[in-house]
Amino acid sequence: MPQALTRRTLLKTAVVGAAAAAFSRRTAAQASSKVVVVGGGFGGATCARELQRAGFAISLVEANAVYTACPFSNAVIAGLRPIEAQQLKLDAVEKGGIAVVRQRATRVDPQARRVILADGSSLDYDRLVLSPGIDIRFDALPGYDEAAAAIMPHAWKAGEQTILLRRQLEAMDDGGIFVMAAPANPFRCPPGPYERASLVAHYLKTHKPRSKLLILDAKDSFSKQRLFQAAWQDLYPGMIEWVSLSSGGKVIEVDAKANTLVTDFGRHKGDVVNVIPPQRAGEIAQVAGVADRTGWCPIDPVTFESRLQPGIHVIGDASIAGGMPKSAFSANAQGKACAAAVAGLLRGKAPAEPKLINTCYSLVAPDYGISVAGVYTPRNGLLADVEGAGGTSPVNAPPSFRAQEAVYAEAWFQTISREVYG
Amino acid sequence: MAVATMTVTVPAMAQNVAPPGATACSGCHGPGISDAVVPPLHGRPPGEIVGAMQDFRTGQRPATVMDRIAKGFTDEETRAIASWLSQQP
Repeated sequence: MPQALTRRTLLKTAVVGAAAAAFSRRTAAQASSKVVVVGGGFGGATCARELQRAGFAISLVEANAVYTACPFSNAVIAGLRPIEAQQLKLDAVEKGGIAVVRQRATRVDPQARRVILADGSSLDYDRLVLSPGIDIRFDALPGYDEAAAAIMPHAWKAGEQTILLRRQLEAMDDGGIFVMAAPANPFRCPPGPYERASLVAHYLKTHKPRSKLLILDAKDSFSKQRLFQAAWQDLYPGMIEWVSLSSGGKVIEVDAKANTLVTDFGRHKGDVVNVIPPQRAGEIAQVAGVADRTGWCPIDPVTFESRLQPGIHVIGDASIAGGMPKSAFSANAQGKACAAAVAGLLRGKAPAEPKLINTCYSLVAPDYGISVAGVYTPRNGLLADVEGAGGTSPVNAPPSFRAQEAVYAEAWFQTISREVYG
Repeated sequence: MAVATMTVTVPAMAQNVAPPGATACSGCHGPGISDAVVPPLHGRPPGEIVGAMQDFRTGQRPATVMDRIAKGFTDEETRAIASWLSQQP
């Protein structure tokens, strides 16, 4: 028997009806809002997933079928880890309902709000998120072009280059010299060159103990410097020589045929030569007009929206994120904060000031980890360190502390890989 | 009608919107990992998280990195984060 409509049930129906109407309006607004994310690395994939969770239809543009992660790729070079451990795929992201477009984005038309793909097709957007990572600047260091990189690997974009450097190190004779050129700031993964030197030294100490490692640096100081140098003294005495900028360490030219790096003061021939060259934001950022004269992308620290092109947001290594280093952890944290801001903007809400965290682990040896951490918030138009927080691992810490940080480093990689790609 | 709409939708939204800093935690404290080296925080009682953050900040609880991170958050921010984390699946 049908229940008589009382005033009370009528009101209840009205409330539910209003809620349903509001819900469908919100869903309709979201469904009609198009968000395109370019770049399936830690930043882009995180942002795409967060936006999808917030109810938006997302296209994620990524040309590579396999993403080879940079964090821990130094352990691959040192023979401590298979490259397969670095290889991540977007299959689960796609299964979760994100439209993964397996193509290269070649152009952006900011006026028409359109991304043009390699096959000539295009994607329209209301908001575009670029997370293109870095490109190697093959125009910045005389003699270091793509052909030279096949002889002197940079291994700063993980994949074939990582394997190439690994093979060269394996093939080097005991007593050989590994020479590295380290770049000026800013660049991807500030502690990365020194972690690499550490793990290469670990390999050499274990397998080729008469060998030496020379770092020619375009800087006078580097990330976690005291910790690295103390550990080198302790674990690899006499093995690693670091030449600072003011001591003449800046490489000004590369002679790939002679496997030689040239500084103002001399020529350094190596048996294996690793050139970590100057970098800039990935190609699509240059093409889209969101990179400035430095080659990197100025952004609003609250929304990650480009200072140069409205409607385009830039996250990860490509962005100028103030105090935040160019790391996978930063890219992941920025991906989430940017997703929240984009969702807010599309719903007509003023975005709240974000607070971000970065933690970068480096391995000095397989059981010896060190870290730098920071907490960041917008200040004076940039993401600035929250004062009193952050910093590096203590300089004086027992081996158990270093071992614990090595365990946490691996745990972080597993966790973030699962969160973003699992 | 407008009032009814607000009462129904606003609390749902408020629960979903993460307070500043909250989403960064899962970079290390991944949810749903049974054998986790770093403990998951989703679904934990808020008091537990607030207490731990206070102890990390003062140095009362030993840490490798959380002492450095905890100092970047006020009590009020920590309470908001803890409350949000406790409601996450």
